[in-house]
Amino acid sequence: MTDVVSPAAGIPKAKSVRRDIGIKRRYAAERRFRAYGIAALSFGIIFLMLLLWSVVSKGYTAFQQTMITMPVEFSQQIIDPQNERATNPQKLMTANYPVVARNALAKLLNVSVDDRVAARAIGQMLSDGVRVQLRDLVVANPAIIGTTQTVTLLASGDIDSAFKGQVDLTVSQENRKINDQQLGWMKQLSDSGALAKHFNGGIFVNGASSRPEAAGVGVALIGSFYMMLIVLALSLPIGVAASIYLEEFAPKNRFTDLIEVNINNLAAVPSIVYGLLGLAVFVNFMGLPRSASFVGGLVLTLMTLPTIIIATRAALKAVPPSIRAAALGLGASKMQTIFHHVLPLAMPGILTGTIIGLAHALGETAPLLLIGMVAFVANYPTTPLDPSTALPVQIYMWANEAERAFVERTSGAIIILLLFLILMNVGAILLRRRFERRW
Amino acid sequence: MNMMSESAVEKALDQKMSDASHKMIGKDVSVYYGEKRALFDVNLNVRENTVTALIGPSGCGKSTFLRCLNRMNDTIENCRVTGKITLDTDDIYDQNIDVVELRARVGMVFQKPNPFPKTIYENISYGPRIHGLSKSKADMDQIVEASLQRAGLWTEVKDRLHESGTGLSGGQQQRLCIARAIAVSPEVILMDEPCSALDPIATAKVEELIHELRANYTIVIVTHSMQQAARVSQRTAMFHLGQLVEENDTDKMFTNPDDQRTQDYIMGRFG
Repeated sequence: MTDVVSPAAGIPKAKSVRRDIGIKRRYAAERRFRAYGIAALSFGIIFLMLLLWSVVSKGYTAFQQTMITMPVEFSQQIIDPQNERATNPQKLMTANYPVVARNALAKLLNVSVDDRVAARAIGQMLSDGVRVQLRDLVVANPAIIGTTQTVTLLASGDIDSAFKGQVDLTVSQENRKINDQQLGWMKQLSDSGALAKHFNGGIFVNGASSRPEAAGVGVALIGSFYMMLIVLALSLPIGVAASIYLEEFAPKNRFTDLIEVNINNLAAVPSIVYGLLGLAVFVNFMGLPRSASFVGGLVLTLMTLPTIIIATRAALKAVPPSIRAAALGLGASKMQTIFHHVLPLAMPGILTGTIIGLAHALGETAPLLLIGMVAFVANYPTTPLDPSTALPVQIYMWANEAERAFVERTSGAIIILLLFLILMNVGAILLRRRFERRW
Repeated sequence: MNMMSESAVEKALDQKMSDASHKMIGKDVSVYYGEKRALFDVNLNVRENTVTALIGPSGCGKSTFLRCLNRMNDTIENCRVTGKITLDTDDIYDQNIDVVELRARVGMVFQKPNPFPKTIYENISYGPRIHGLSKSKADMDQIVEASLQRAGLWTEVKDRLHESGTGLSGGQQQRLCIARAIAVSPEVILMDEPCSALDPIATAKVEELIHELRANYTIVIVTHSMQQAARVSQRTAMFHLGQLVEENDTDKMFTNPDDQRTQDYIMGRFG
């Protein structure tokens, strides 16, 4: 005890002993949290990959179609035996074109059409769609009657599936749709190069068909396009106007609170309920046509509105109050403040919300089933009041079909739908980037 | 140097000030935020071509009073103002007075620089455009240049009028906001702690600007800095707990105030 004990002497000692403030525990918690996050993310990515792989692996073949290229003799004997096409144009429309095609294929295979069984089997290798294909050629140019032209015709759906290797050949031929004889012919045609896979443009432009090889999403694309236009034209202005009123003008009282709760609730209402509402109000009460994309658009508008209103209100709330104060302080009216300053700043958020709402509407099926858009529509709708289908409904309908060729088409249509959704979401991101302002 | 002429101007201004008419008169002004009363019967007059500083500890009601002068309190829900405030002879809370017109006559500069996220030119031209103050493009160019020149910003930004106003430095942004307020030719400019977000150099520039603006405008400034009040103002009003404690010439206020509370606040005993 030679040192003088001063009050300060204790301080360095206290510093040397480190307090346990749980550093290790805190870092461990942080690492654990990160691990959870990465696990959750990987889980999600794995399932997304599985989904995409399953859809793409099943669906990519839908974009190829087996076709037979061969010389076809447009025999006057079969098409117009009485030579009356000049007086009766209906003749060319109703001629027996499948026989023309069948005879051409039989000739190519060196099989006599007098053998009725073989002739039938050959006829089955061609799609019923050849009727339309050949008719269109002849009607466009009646002069080809009596000549021989090289034409590429659709093979039947069964040949298409077999050629793509989708038919189980271990099953005995009585139990499959395509027999060994047809398979032999298919092989022969394929070796000679007459039968080959081509890009299937038809899936994008054709309407509904009971023959998978001739079916496409053309009508559904037009229907979906009309509906998106209607949803955009109605829900954007209504939604933005409602949000501006609620956010900027409406007094904050119980009534507006009630409206807010209801809007949030409506966003969570099952879409099929909107379909029932549309059926009751638009179709039954207002007498609008069934299956029309106009009604579909109205129903989807109702469904999209809450999403857009919620997104728009959030975007308006996010505009800094200092900007409003600046404009008001200069003597701008409330209206001018909102339209000159607040709305432009909220625009990226509003557009993002709108596009996400539209993408949601594009993929919506249930309400459309109820208003009769699950329909067999072969002709393009010229106006939104004509019957049509929509992309997701087309997928639903094809998924119910039994033929193997419809399975790949179902996945093909899903790929098309996914592409459109990706396109819209990329658009949303680009718009947000483009309009985002920093301050 | 034209020191002589400058001091002559000062003298003329002070002369003008001493017998200045009252530009704005507040009589028994009380403000309620819902149930809570924020201002208690304040009687405060603002003299023409004078810088009036409002000082006092936080929450004393000085900003509330300032915001009554151009009815910015209207935008706050549940806010109620009683009493009478006149601008020249017009009662600004009168039914016949339009708030838009009032704010065109009584401009405002805020605590945080808040330029619109648009170009410098658009920032300045916005006010004149909505009030229809210019008849042509050339006219508008003239207004923009004059406003920026008065705000002492012209030489710094004249080559980048069409770049974003938010790209300027904090001090430049605040002077841009002052230029924006000047552009609509107001009679009174209200400033709510205009330098609190600025560094000392930028603050000095803004203070210098306030000094120059006094020749043409009546200025009311809220400030937390007593030094700033002493530097820029001719009249000072001290608020405490929602009441006006004292209003006096700035010189007298900082040397020999009438009220003990003012003395204590200036000496730093509270606040």
